[in-house]
Amino acid sequence: MITLIKRILKSGWKNFSREKSLIVANIFILVLAISTLTSLFILKDASQFLISSIEEKVDISVYFKLEASEEDILKVKDDVAKIPEVKEVKYISQEEALVSFTNKHKEDLVLMQSLDEVGVNPFSASLNIRAFEASQYQAIADFFNSSTLTNLVEKVDYYKRKPVIDKIFTFVSSMNMLGIAFSLLLIIIAVSIAFNTIRLAIYSSREEIKIQRLVGASNWFIRGPFLVQGAICGFFAFLICLVLFSLLSWIFGPKTEFLFPGFNLLTFFLVNFWTIVFIQLASGVGLGVLSSLFAVRKHLKI
Amino acid sequence: MIKFQYVSKIYSHKTAALDNVSFEVKEKEFVSIVGKSGSGKTTLFKLILAEERPSNGRIFFDSQEVQKIKTKELPFLRRKIGAVFQDYKLIHSKTAYENIAYAMEVIGASDKEVKKDVAEVLEIVGLTGKANNFPIELSGGEKQRVAIARALIHRPEVILADEPTGNLDPYNALEIIRLLLKINKSGTTVFLATHNKTIINSLEKRVITLQDGKLIRDEEKGRFIL
Repeated sequence: MITLIKRILKSGWKNFSREKSLIVANIFILVLAISTLTSLFILKDASQFLISSIEEKVDISVYFKLEASEEDILKVKDDVAKIPEVKEVKYISQEEALVSFTNKHKEDLVLMQSLDEVGVNPFSASLNIRAFEASQYQAIADFFNSSTLTNLVEKVDYYKRKPVIDKIFTFVSSMNMLGIAFSLLLIIIAVSIAFNTIRLAIYSSREEIKIQRLVGASNWFIRGPFLVQGAICGFFAFLICLVLFSLLSWIFGPKTEFLFPGFNLLTFFLVNFWTIVFIQLASGVGLGVLSSLFAVRKHLKI
Repeated sequence: MIKFQYVSKIYSHKTAALDNVSFEVKEKEFVSIVGKSGSGKTTLFKLILAEERPSNGRIFFDSQEVQKIKTKELPFLRRKIGAVFQDYKLIHSKTAYENIAYAMEVIGASDKEVKKDVAEVLEIVGLTGKANNFPIELSGGEKQRVAIARALIHRPEVILADEPTGNLDPYNALEIIRLLLKINKSGTTVFLATHNKTIINSLEKRVITLQDGKLIRDEEKGRFIL
Protein backbone atom coordinates (compact mmCIF):
# COMPACT_ATOMS: atom_id res chain seq x y z
CA MET A 1 0.00 0.00 0.00
CA ILE A 2 2.81 2.39 0.96
CA THR A 3 4.65 1.50 -2.26
CA LEU A 4 1.46 2.16 -4.23
CA ILE A 5 0.92 5.58 -2.59
CA LYS A 6 4.59 6.45 -3.08
CA ARG A 7 4.39 5.54 -6.77
CA ILE A 8 1.18 7.51 -7.28
CA LEU A 9 2.70 10.60 -5.63
CA LYS A 10 5.93 10.25 -7.61
CA SER A 11 4.10 9.75 -10.89
CA GLY A 12 1.79 12.72 -10.18
CA TRP A 13 4.76 14.96 -9.48
CA LYS A 14 6.56 13.74 -12.64
CA ASN A 15 3.51 14.42 -14.80
CA PHE A 16 3.26 17.86 -13.21
CA SER A 17 6.87 18.72 -13.93
CA ARG A 18 6.84 17.33 -17.49
CA GLU A 19 3.64 18.70 -18.98
CA LYS A 20 4.51 22.36 -18.51
CA SER A 21 2.22 24.03 -21.05
CA LEU A 22 -0.88 22.16 -19.86
CA ILE A 23 0.03 22.75 -16.24
CA VAL A 24 0.50 26.50 -16.79
CA ALA A 25 -2.95 26.67 -18.44
CA ASN A 26 -4.53 24.70 -15.57
CA ILE A 27 -2.89 26.86 -12.90
CA PHE A 28 -3.90 30.05 -14.70
CA ILE A 29 -7.55 28.97 -14.85
CA LEU A 30 -7.49 27.85 -11.21
CA VAL A 31 -6.00 31.23 -10.22
CA LEU A 32 -8.96 32.91 -11.97
CA ALA A 33 -11.46 30.64 -10.20
CA ILE A 34 -9.86 31.10 -6.76
CA SER A 35 -9.58 34.87 -7.29
CA THR A 36 -13.30 35.01 -8.16
CA LEU A 37 -14.23 33.11 -4.99
CA THR A 38 -11.92 35.23 -2.81
CA SER A 39 -13.24 38.46 -4.37
CA LEU A 40 -16.80 37.34 -3.67
CA PHE A 41 -15.89 36.64 -0.05
CA ILE A 42 -14.38 40.13 0.30
CA LEU A 43 -17.20 41.85 -1.61
CA LYS A 44 -19.80 40.07 0.50
CA ASP A 45 -18.31 41.67 3.62
CA ALA A 46 -17.78 45.04 1.97
CA SER A 47 -21.38 45.16 0.72
CA GLN A 48 -22.63 43.98 4.12
CA PHE A 49 -20.69 46.85 5.61
CA LEU A 50 -22.28 49.29 3.13
CA ILE A 51 -25.79 47.93 3.78
CA SER A 52 -25.29 48.18 7.55
CA SER A 53 -24.17 51.78 7.26
CA ILE A 54 -27.31 52.59 5.21
CA GLU A 55 -29.49 50.77 7.76
CA GLU A 56 -27.81 52.70 10.59
CA LYS A 57 -29.04 55.95 9.06
CA VAL A 58 -32.70 54.93 9.22
CA ASP A 59 -34.74 55.71 12.35
CA ILE A 60 -38.10 57.21 13.40
CA SER A 61 -38.77 60.08 15.78
CA VAL A 62 -41.65 60.40 18.23
CA TYR A 63 -42.42 63.99 19.26
CA PHE A 64 -44.14 64.67 22.57
CA LYS A 65 -46.60 67.39 23.44
CA LEU A 66 -45.05 70.49 25.11
CA GLU A 67 -46.97 69.84 28.27
CA ALA A 68 -45.65 66.25 28.60
CA SER A 69 -43.30 65.97 31.56
CA GLU A 70 -39.77 64.64 31.24
CA GLU A 71 -40.62 61.99 33.81
CA ASP A 72 -43.49 60.66 31.67
CA ILE A 73 -41.38 60.71 28.54
CA LEU A 74 -38.54 58.80 30.23
CA LYS A 75 -41.10 56.24 31.43
CA VAL A 76 -42.28 55.82 27.84
CA LYS A 77 -38.63 55.51 26.79
CA ASP A 78 -38.14 52.63 29.23
CA ASP A 79 -41.28 50.94 27.94
CA VAL A 80 -40.17 51.35 24.31
CA ALA A 81 -36.73 49.92 25.09
CA LYS A 82 -38.45 46.75 26.25
CA ILE A 83 -40.07 46.15 22.81
CA PRO A 84 -38.08 43.27 21.24
CA GLU A 85 -38.00 44.94 17.81
CA VAL A 86 -36.28 48.05 19.19
CA LYS A 87 -32.54 48.19 18.76
CA GLU A 88 -31.88 51.61 20.28
CA VAL A 89 -33.86 54.50 21.87
CA LYS A 90 -32.45 57.96 22.39
CA TYR A 91 -34.15 60.70 24.38
CA ILE A 92 -33.77 64.27 23.07
CA SER A 93 -34.97 66.88 25.54
CA GLN A 94 -36.48 70.23 24.53
CA GLU A 95 -33.19 71.95 25.43
CA GLU A 96 -31.12 69.53 23.36
CA ALA A 97 -33.48 70.01 20.42
CA LEU A 98 -33.07 73.79 20.71
CA VAL A 99 -29.27 73.56 20.90
CA SER A 100 -29.18 71.21 17.95
CA PHE A 101 -31.41 73.53 15.88
CA THR A 102 -29.38 76.60 16.83
CA ASN A 103 -26.09 74.92 15.95
CA LYS A 104 -27.47 73.76 12.65
CA HIS A 105 -28.97 77.09 11.58
CA LYS A 106 -26.75 79.65 13.30
CA GLU A 107 -25.72 81.11 9.91
CA ASP A 108 -29.37 81.71 8.98
CA LEU A 109 -30.06 85.10 10.56
CA VAL A 110 -33.77 85.20 9.62
CA LEU A 111 -34.40 81.90 11.37
CA MET A 112 -32.42 82.96 14.44
CA GLN A 113 -34.34 86.27 14.61
CA SER A 114 -37.66 84.43 14.34
CA LEU A 115 -36.61 82.13 17.18
CA ASP A 116 -35.76 85.13 19.34
CA GLU A 117 -39.14 86.71 18.57
CA VAL A 118 -41.00 83.56 19.70
CA GLY A 119 -39.37 84.06 23.09
CA VAL A 120 -39.87 80.49 24.38
CA ASN A 121 -38.42 77.12 23.35
CA PRO A 122 -40.86 75.89 20.66
CA PHE A 123 -39.27 72.46 20.25
CA SER A 124 -40.82 69.29 21.53
CA ALA A 125 -38.91 66.61 23.38
CA SER A 126 -38.59 63.48 21.29
CA LEU A 127 -37.45 59.86 21.18
CA ASN A 128 -35.25 58.64 18.32
CA ILE A 129 -35.93 54.97 17.80
CA ARG A 130 -33.97 52.50 15.72
CA ALA A 131 -35.35 49.05 14.92
CA PHE A 132 -33.46 45.90 13.95
CA GLU A 133 -35.33 45.61 10.65
CA ALA A 134 -37.34 47.95 8.43
CA SER A 135 -40.46 45.84 8.69
CA GLN A 136 -40.48 46.39 12.46
CA TYR A 137 -41.03 50.18 12.33
CA GLN A 138 -44.77 49.70 11.71
CA ALA A 139 -45.12 47.75 14.96
CA ILE A 140 -43.24 50.46 16.88
CA ALA A 141 -45.40 53.20 15.35
CA ASP A 142 -48.52 51.22 16.31
CA PHE A 143 -47.30 51.14 19.93
CA PHE A 144 -47.53 54.95 20.07
CA ASN A 145 -51.01 54.94 18.62
CA SER A 146 -52.31 53.11 21.66
CA SER A 147 -54.94 55.06 23.68
CA THR A 148 -52.73 55.45 26.75
CA LEU A 149 -50.08 57.39 24.85
CA THR A 150 -52.15 59.60 22.55
CA ASN A 151 -52.43 62.28 25.27
CA LEU A 152 -48.60 62.49 25.44
CA VAL A 153 -47.55 62.03 21.80
CA GLU A 154 -47.72 64.94 19.38
CA LYS A 155 -46.73 63.01 16.28
CA VAL A 156 -44.81 59.98 15.01
CA ASP A 157 -42.83 60.81 11.89
CA TYR A 158 -42.88 57.21 10.68
CA TYR A 159 -45.79 57.78 8.30
CA LYS A 160 -43.94 60.68 6.64
CA ARG A 161 -40.71 58.67 6.37
CA LYS A 162 -42.37 55.36 5.53
CA PRO A 163 -41.99 55.62 1.71
CA VAL A 164 -38.28 56.48 2.05
CA ILE A 165 -37.68 53.72 4.62
CA ASP A 166 -39.50 51.21 2.42
CA LYS A 167 -37.51 52.28 -0.62
CA ILE A 168 -34.20 51.98 1.22
CA PHE A 169 -35.01 48.53 2.51
CA THR A 170 -36.42 47.32 -0.80
CA PHE A 171 -33.15 48.47 -2.34
CA VAL A 172 -31.10 46.75 0.36
CA SER A 173 -33.05 43.53 0.04
CA SER A 174 -32.82 43.64 -3.78
CA MET A 175 -29.07 44.24 -3.50
CA ASN A 176 -28.78 41.23 -1.21
CA MET A 177 -30.74 39.02 -3.62
CA LEU A 178 -28.83 40.33 -6.63
CA GLY A 179 -25.55 39.82 -4.80
CA ILE A 180 -26.41 36.19 -4.01
CA ALA A 181 -27.57 35.50 -7.59
CA PHE A 182 -24.53 37.23 -9.10
CA SER A 183 -22.17 35.41 -6.71
CA LEU A 184 -23.77 32.04 -7.55
CA LEU A 185 -23.48 32.78 -11.26
CA LEU A 186 -19.83 33.76 -10.92
CA ILE A 187 -19.08 30.66 -8.82
CA ILE A 188 -20.76 28.42 -11.43
CA ILE A 189 -18.84 30.09 -14.28
CA ALA A 190 -15.50 29.92 -12.45
CA VAL A 191 -15.97 26.27 -11.43
CA SER A 192 -17.19 25.26 -14.92
CA ILE A 193 -14.23 26.91 -16.64
CA ALA A 194 -11.75 25.29 -14.23
CA PHE A 195 -13.45 21.89 -14.57
CA ASN A 196 -13.55 22.04 -18.37
CA THR A 197 -9.94 23.15 -18.68
CA ILE A 198 -8.78 20.22 -16.55
CA ARG A 199 -11.16 17.91 -18.42
CA LEU A 200 -9.61 18.97 -21.74
CA ALA A 201 -6.10 18.49 -20.36
CA ILE A 202 -7.02 14.96 -19.26
CA TYR A 203 -8.85 14.33 -22.54
CA SER A 204 -5.51 14.78 -24.29
CA SER A 205 -4.20 11.92 -22.10
CA ARG A 206 -7.07 9.56 -22.92
CA GLU A 207 -4.86 7.36 -25.13
CA GLU A 208 -2.31 7.01 -22.30
CA ILE A 209 -5.10 6.10 -19.88
CA LYS A 210 -6.28 3.44 -22.33
CA ILE A 211 -2.74 2.04 -22.61
CA GLN A 212 -2.43 1.95 -18.82
CA ARG A 213 -5.68 -0.02 -18.61
CA LEU A 214 -4.46 -2.48 -21.26
CA VAL A 215 -1.17 -2.97 -19.42
CA GLY A 216 -3.19 -4.05 -16.39
CA ALA A 217 -3.18 -0.97 -14.18
CA SER A 218 -6.01 -0.69 -11.67
CA ASN A 219 -8.29 2.34 -11.80
CA TRP A 220 -6.71 3.90 -8.71
CA PHE A 221 -3.21 3.39 -10.08
CA ILE A 222 -4.26 5.37 -13.18
CA ARG A 223 -6.47 7.91 -11.44
CA GLY A 224 -4.07 8.62 -8.55
CA PRO A 225 -1.36 10.54 -10.43
CA PHE A 226 -4.01 12.74 -12.10
CA LEU A 227 -5.48 13.57 -8.69
CA VAL A 228 -2.02 14.36 -7.32
CA GLN A 229 -1.34 16.52 -10.38
CA GLY A 230 -4.67 18.33 -9.85
CA ALA A 231 -3.87 18.88 -6.18
CA ILE A 232 -0.41 20.27 -6.99
CA CYS A 233 -1.91 22.62 -9.61
CA GLY A 234 -4.48 23.74 -7.03
CA PHE A 235 -1.76 24.28 -4.42
CA PHE A 236 0.37 26.42 -6.75
CA ALA A 237 -2.72 28.39 -7.82
CA PHE A 238 -3.46 28.95 -4.09
CA LEU A 239 0.08 30.25 -3.47
CA ILE A 240 -0.18 32.64 -6.43
CA CYS A 241 -3.59 33.91 -5.28
CA LEU A 242 -2.42 34.41 -1.70
CA VAL A 243 0.55 36.50 -2.83
CA LEU A 244 -1.69 38.38 -5.30
CA PHE A 245 -4.36 39.24 -2.73
CA SER A 246 -1.75 40.14 -0.08
CA LEU A 247 -0.18 42.62 -2.51
CA LEU A 248 -3.55 44.03 -3.61
CA SER A 249 -4.68 44.46 0.00
CA TRP A 250 -1.42 46.15 0.90
CA ILE A 251 -1.51 48.51 -2.10
CA PHE A 252 -5.24 49.29 -2.21
CA GLY A 253 -6.14 48.78 1.50
CA PRO A 254 -6.17 52.44 2.55
CA LYS A 255 -7.84 53.48 -0.72
CA THR A 256 -10.85 51.23 -0.11
CA GLU A 257 -11.78 53.51 2.81
CA PHE A 258 -12.76 56.18 0.28
CA LEU A 259 -15.23 53.77 -1.31
CA PHE A 260 -16.50 52.17 1.87
CA PRO A 261 -15.93 54.53 4.82
CA GLY A 262 -14.74 52.54 7.81
CA PHE A 263 -13.82 49.50 5.66
CA ASN A 264 -10.11 48.89 5.10
CA LEU A 265 -9.21 46.01 2.78
CA LEU A 266 -5.82 45.44 4.42
CA THR A 267 -7.38 45.26 7.90
CA PHE A 268 -10.09 42.95 6.60
CA PHE A 269 -7.44 40.76 4.92
CA LEU A 270 -5.35 40.54 8.09
CA VAL A 271 -8.34 39.86 10.36
CA ASN A 272 -9.69 37.16 8.02
CA PHE A 273 -6.29 35.83 6.91
CA TRP A 274 -6.84 32.20 7.93
CA THR A 275 -10.38 32.14 6.51
CA ILE A 276 -9.02 33.45 3.20
CA VAL A 277 -6.20 30.86 3.29
CA PHE A 278 -8.81 28.14 3.88
CA ILE A 279 -11.10 29.37 1.07
CA GLN A 280 -8.22 29.61 -1.40
CA LEU A 281 -6.54 26.32 -0.46
CA ALA A 282 -9.79 24.36 -0.31
CA SER A 283 -11.14 25.79 -3.57
CA GLY A 284 -7.79 25.37 -5.41
CA VAL A 285 -6.97 21.85 -4.28
CA GLY A 286 -10.64 20.83 -4.23
CA LEU A 287 -11.28 22.03 -7.78
CA GLY A 288 -8.06 20.47 -9.04
CA VAL A 289 -8.74 17.09 -7.44
CA LEU A 290 -12.50 16.88 -8.12
CA SER A 291 -12.17 18.02 -11.75
CA SER A 292 -9.47 15.39 -12.31
CA LEU A 293 -11.55 12.73 -10.59
CA PHE A 294 -14.59 13.30 -12.82
CA ALA A 295 -12.54 13.83 -15.98
CA VAL A 296 -10.52 10.60 -15.60
CA ARG A 297 -13.55 8.50 -14.73
CA LYS A 298 -14.90 8.81 -18.25
CA HIS A 299 -11.79 7.21 -19.76
CA LEU A 300 -11.54 4.28 -17.35
CA LYS A 301 -14.40 2.29 -18.83
CA ILE A 302 -12.27 0.24 -21.21
CA MET B 1 -4.98 -21.70 -22.30
CA ILE B 2 -6.93 -19.53 -24.77
CA LYS B 3 -10.11 -20.98 -26.19
CA PHE B 4 -12.53 -19.44 -28.71
CA GLN B 5 -15.93 -21.14 -29.02
CA TYR B 6 -18.05 -20.04 -31.99
CA VAL B 7 -17.04 -16.41 -31.49
CA SER B 8 -18.50 -13.66 -33.66
CA LYS B 9 -17.97 -9.93 -33.43
CA ILE B 10 -20.30 -7.72 -35.37
CA TYR B 11 -19.56 -3.97 -35.34
CA SER B 12 -22.59 -2.99 -37.40
CA HIS B 13 -25.40 -4.89 -39.10
CA LYS B 14 -23.31 -5.31 -42.25
CA THR B 15 -19.81 -5.89 -40.92
CA ALA B 16 -18.79 -9.03 -39.09
CA ALA B 17 -15.18 -8.60 -37.94
CA LEU B 18 -15.17 -12.22 -36.73
CA ASP B 19 -17.61 -14.89 -37.87
CA ASN B 20 -18.13 -18.06 -35.84
CA VAL B 21 -14.46 -18.59 -34.99
CA SER B 22 -13.36 -21.53 -32.83
CA PHE B 23 -9.83 -22.63 -31.90
CA GLU B 24 -7.64 -23.33 -28.90
CA VAL B 25 -4.11 -22.23 -28.05
CA LYS B 26 -2.20 -24.42 -25.63
CA GLU B 27 0.46 -23.44 -23.10
CA LYS B 28 3.97 -22.71 -24.48
CA GLU B 29 2.69 -22.77 -28.07
CA PHE B 30 3.88 -20.30 -30.73
CA VAL B 31 0.85 -19.58 -32.90
CA SER B 32 0.77 -17.19 -35.82
CA ILE B 33 -2.43 -15.75 -37.11
CA VAL B 34 -2.42 -14.49 -40.67
CA GLY B 35 -4.84 -12.71 -42.89
CA LYS B 36 -5.25 -9.61 -45.02
CA SER B 37 -5.92 -6.24 -43.43
CA GLY B 38 -9.46 -6.27 -42.07
CA SER B 39 -9.59 -10.06 -41.76
CA GLY B 40 -10.19 -9.81 -37.99
CA LYS B 41 -6.71 -10.35 -36.45
CA THR B 42 -6.73 -7.21 -34.32
CA THR B 43 -10.35 -7.79 -33.26
CA LEU B 44 -9.36 -11.27 -32.09
CA PHE B 45 -6.63 -9.81 -29.84
CA LYS B 46 -8.98 -7.10 -28.57
CA LEU B 47 -11.43 -9.81 -27.54
CA ILE B 48 -8.73 -11.71 -25.62
CA LEU B 49 -7.75 -8.49 -23.80
CA ALA B 50 -11.44 -7.76 -23.15
CA GLU B 51 -11.00 -4.45 -24.89
CA GLU B 52 -14.07 -5.52 -26.89
CA ARG B 53 -16.88 -7.93 -26.02
CA PRO B 54 -17.95 -10.69 -28.46
CA SER B 55 -21.38 -10.43 -30.09
CA ASN B 56 -21.75 -14.24 -29.91
CA GLY B 57 -19.78 -17.16 -28.57
CA ARG B 58 -17.48 -17.60 -25.60
CA ILE B 59 -13.81 -16.86 -24.96
CA PHE B 60 -11.85 -18.58 -22.22
CA PHE B 61 -8.51 -17.63 -20.72
CA ASP B 62 -7.17 -20.21 -18.26
CA SER B 63 -10.72 -21.65 -18.06
CA GLN B 64 -12.06 -18.19 -17.03
CA GLU B 65 -14.77 -16.82 -19.33
CA VAL B 66 -13.38 -13.46 -20.43
CA GLN B 67 -16.65 -11.63 -21.14
CA LYS B 68 -17.95 -12.47 -17.68
CA ILE B 69 -15.06 -10.68 -15.92
CA LYS B 70 -16.16 -7.44 -14.25
CA THR B 71 -14.51 -4.19 -15.40
CA LYS B 72 -12.73 -3.66 -12.09
CA GLU B 73 -11.30 -7.20 -12.24
CA LEU B 74 -10.01 -6.83 -15.80
CA PRO B 75 -6.54 -5.63 -14.68
CA PHE B 76 -5.93 -9.09 -13.17
CA LEU B 77 -6.61 -10.76 -16.54
CA ARG B 78 -4.49 -8.23 -18.41
CA ARG B 79 -1.56 -8.72 -16.05
CA LYS B 80 -1.39 -12.35 -17.29
CA ILE B 81 -1.04 -11.09 -20.85
CA GLY B 82 1.77 -9.10 -22.42
CA ALA B 83 0.50 -7.17 -25.42
CA VAL B 84 2.60 -5.79 -28.26
CA PHE B 85 0.79 -3.48 -30.66
CA GLN B 86 1.59 -2.41 -34.20
CA ASP B 87 1.41 1.26 -33.15
CA TYR B 88 3.54 0.43 -30.06
CA LYS B 89 1.10 2.08 -27.61
CA LEU B 90 3.88 3.54 -25.46
CA ILE B 91 3.12 6.20 -22.87
CA HIS B 92 4.61 9.34 -24.39
CA SER B 93 5.11 11.18 -21.12
CA LYS B 94 7.29 8.36 -19.76
CA THR B 95 10.84 7.36 -20.70
CA ALA B 96 11.66 3.92 -22.15
CA TYR B 97 12.72 2.81 -18.64
CA GLU B 98 9.48 4.12 -17.08
CA ASN B 99 7.30 2.52 -19.78
CA ILE B 100 8.84 -0.88 -19.07
CA ALA B 101 8.86 -0.37 -15.30
CA TYR B 102 5.17 0.58 -15.39
CA ALA B 103 4.12 -3.02 -16.19
CA MET B 104 5.94 -4.18 -13.05
CA GLU B 105 4.70 -1.32 -10.88
CA VAL B 106 1.06 -2.16 -11.62
CA ILE B 107 1.53 -5.68 -10.26
CA GLY B 108 3.07 -4.25 -7.09
CA ALA B 109 6.68 -5.36 -7.60
CA SER B 110 9.18 -3.81 -5.20
CA ASP B 111 11.48 -0.98 -6.31
CA LYS B 112 14.45 -3.32 -6.05
CA GLU B 113 12.82 -5.91 -8.33
CA VAL B 114 11.77 -3.22 -10.81
CA LYS B 115 15.29 -1.80 -10.98
CA LYS B 116 16.90 -5.21 -11.46
CA ASP B 117 14.41 -6.61 -13.98
CA VAL B 118 14.13 -3.47 -16.12
CA ALA B 119 17.91 -3.32 -16.44
CA GLU B 120 17.95 -6.99 -17.49
CA VAL B 121 15.15 -6.64 -20.02
CA LEU B 122 16.66 -3.47 -21.47
CA GLU B 123 19.80 -5.48 -22.05
CA ILE B 124 17.85 -8.33 -23.69
CA VAL B 125 16.19 -5.92 -26.14
CA GLY B 126 19.46 -4.02 -26.62
CA LEU B 127 18.25 -0.66 -25.35
CA THR B 128 20.38 -0.09 -22.25
CA GLY B 129 21.72 3.14 -23.71
CA LYS B 130 18.26 4.46 -24.50
CA ALA B 131 16.67 3.89 -21.08
CA ASN B 132 16.13 7.58 -20.41
CA ASN B 133 14.87 8.47 -23.87
CA PHE B 134 11.23 9.36 -24.40
CA PRO B 135 9.32 7.43 -27.14
CA ILE B 136 9.48 10.47 -29.42
CA GLU B 137 13.30 10.20 -29.33
CA LEU B 138 13.31 6.53 -30.42
CA SER B 139 13.17 4.93 -33.89
CA GLY B 140 10.31 2.60 -34.88
CA GLY B 141 12.39 -0.51 -34.15
CA GLU B 142 13.47 0.84 -30.78
CA LYS B 143 9.90 1.70 -29.83
CA GLN B 144 8.78 -1.80 -30.76
CA ARG B 145 11.57 -3.30 -28.64
CA VAL B 146 10.45 -1.15 -25.70
CA ALA B 147 6.89 -2.42 -26.25
CA ILE B 148 8.14 -6.02 -26.26
CA ALA B 149 10.23 -5.39 -23.16
CA ARG B 150 7.13 -3.99 -21.44
CA ALA B 151 5.09 -6.99 -22.57
CA LEU B 152 7.49 -9.59 -21.19
CA ILE B 153 8.97 -7.96 -18.07
CA HIS B 154 6.26 -9.14 -15.67
CA ARG B 155 6.58 -12.71 -17.00
CA PRO B 156 3.08 -13.01 -18.45
CA GLU B 157 1.55 -16.37 -19.35
CA VAL B 158 1.02 -15.28 -22.93
CA ILE B 159 2.31 -12.59 -25.28
CA LEU B 160 -0.07 -11.18 -27.89
CA ALA B 161 1.92 -9.52 -30.66
CA ASP B 162 -0.27 -7.68 -33.14
CA GLU B 163 1.73 -6.87 -36.29
CA PRO B 164 4.85 -6.15 -34.27
CA THR B 165 6.93 -5.90 -37.43
CA GLY B 166 4.40 -3.90 -39.46
CA ASN B 167 6.27 -0.60 -39.25
CA LEU B 168 9.80 -2.00 -39.29
CA ASP B 169 12.48 -2.57 -41.92
CA PRO B 170 13.39 -6.24 -42.66
CA TYR B 171 16.44 -6.16 -40.38
CA ASN B 172 14.50 -4.85 -37.35
CA ALA B 173 11.56 -7.15 -38.18
CA LEU B 174 13.85 -10.18 -38.01
CA GLU B 175 15.30 -8.98 -34.69
CA ILE B 176 11.81 -8.72 -33.20
CA ILE B 177 10.83 -12.21 -34.38
CA ARG B 178 14.06 -13.66 -32.95
CA LEU B 179 13.17 -12.01 -29.65
CA LEU B 180 9.66 -13.50 -29.67
CA LEU B 181 11.09 -16.97 -30.40
CA LYS B 182 13.50 -16.57 -27.50
CA ILE B 183 10.63 -15.61 -25.21
CA ASN B 184 8.62 -18.64 -26.40
CA LYS B 185 11.60 -20.91 -25.77
CA SER B 186 11.64 -19.73 -22.17
CA GLY B 187 8.09 -21.10 -21.77
CA THR B 188 5.82 -18.18 -22.61
CA THR B 189 2.97 -18.74 -25.05
CA VAL B 190 3.26 -16.42 -28.04
CA PHE B 191 0.35 -15.44 -30.24
CA LEU B 192 1.60 -13.49 -33.25
CA ALA B 193 -0.58 -11.72 -35.80
CA THR B 194 1.13 -10.69 -39.02
CA HIS B 195 0.75 -10.49 -42.78
CA ASN B 196 4.47 -10.87 -43.36
CA LYS B 197 4.79 -13.94 -45.61
CA THR B 198 8.57 -14.32 -45.22
CA ILE B 199 8.36 -14.38 -41.45
CA ILE B 200 5.54 -16.92 -41.33
CA ASN B 201 7.22 -19.27 -43.81
CA SER B 202 10.52 -19.11 -41.94
CA LEU B 203 8.95 -19.87 -38.53
CA GLU B 204 7.54 -23.32 -39.35
CA LYS B 205 5.08 -23.05 -36.44
CA ARG B 206 1.30 -23.36 -36.13
CA VAL B 207 -0.58 -20.95 -38.44
CA ILE B 208 -4.24 -19.91 -38.21
CA THR B 209 -5.56 -18.17 -41.32
CA LEU B 210 -8.43 -15.71 -41.21
CA GLN B 211 -10.36 -14.42 -44.19
CA ASP B 212 -13.22 -11.93 -43.92
CA GLY B 213 -13.59 -12.78 -40.25
CA LYS B 214 -13.79 -16.55 -40.85
CA LEU B 215 -11.19 -19.10 -39.78
CA ILE B 216 -10.34 -20.83 -43.04
CA ARG B 217 -7.22 -22.78 -42.07
CA ASP B 218 -5.49 -24.00 -38.91
CA GLU B 219 -2.28 -25.97 -39.56
CA GLU B 220 0.64 -27.19 -37.48
CA LYS B 221 3.87 -25.99 -39.19
CA GLY B 222 1.71 -23.98 -41.53
CA ARG B 223 2.65 -21.60 -44.33
CA PHE B 224 1.39 -18.24 -45.46
CA ILE B 225 -1.31 -19.06 -47.99
CA LEU B 226 -3.95 -16.45 -48.89
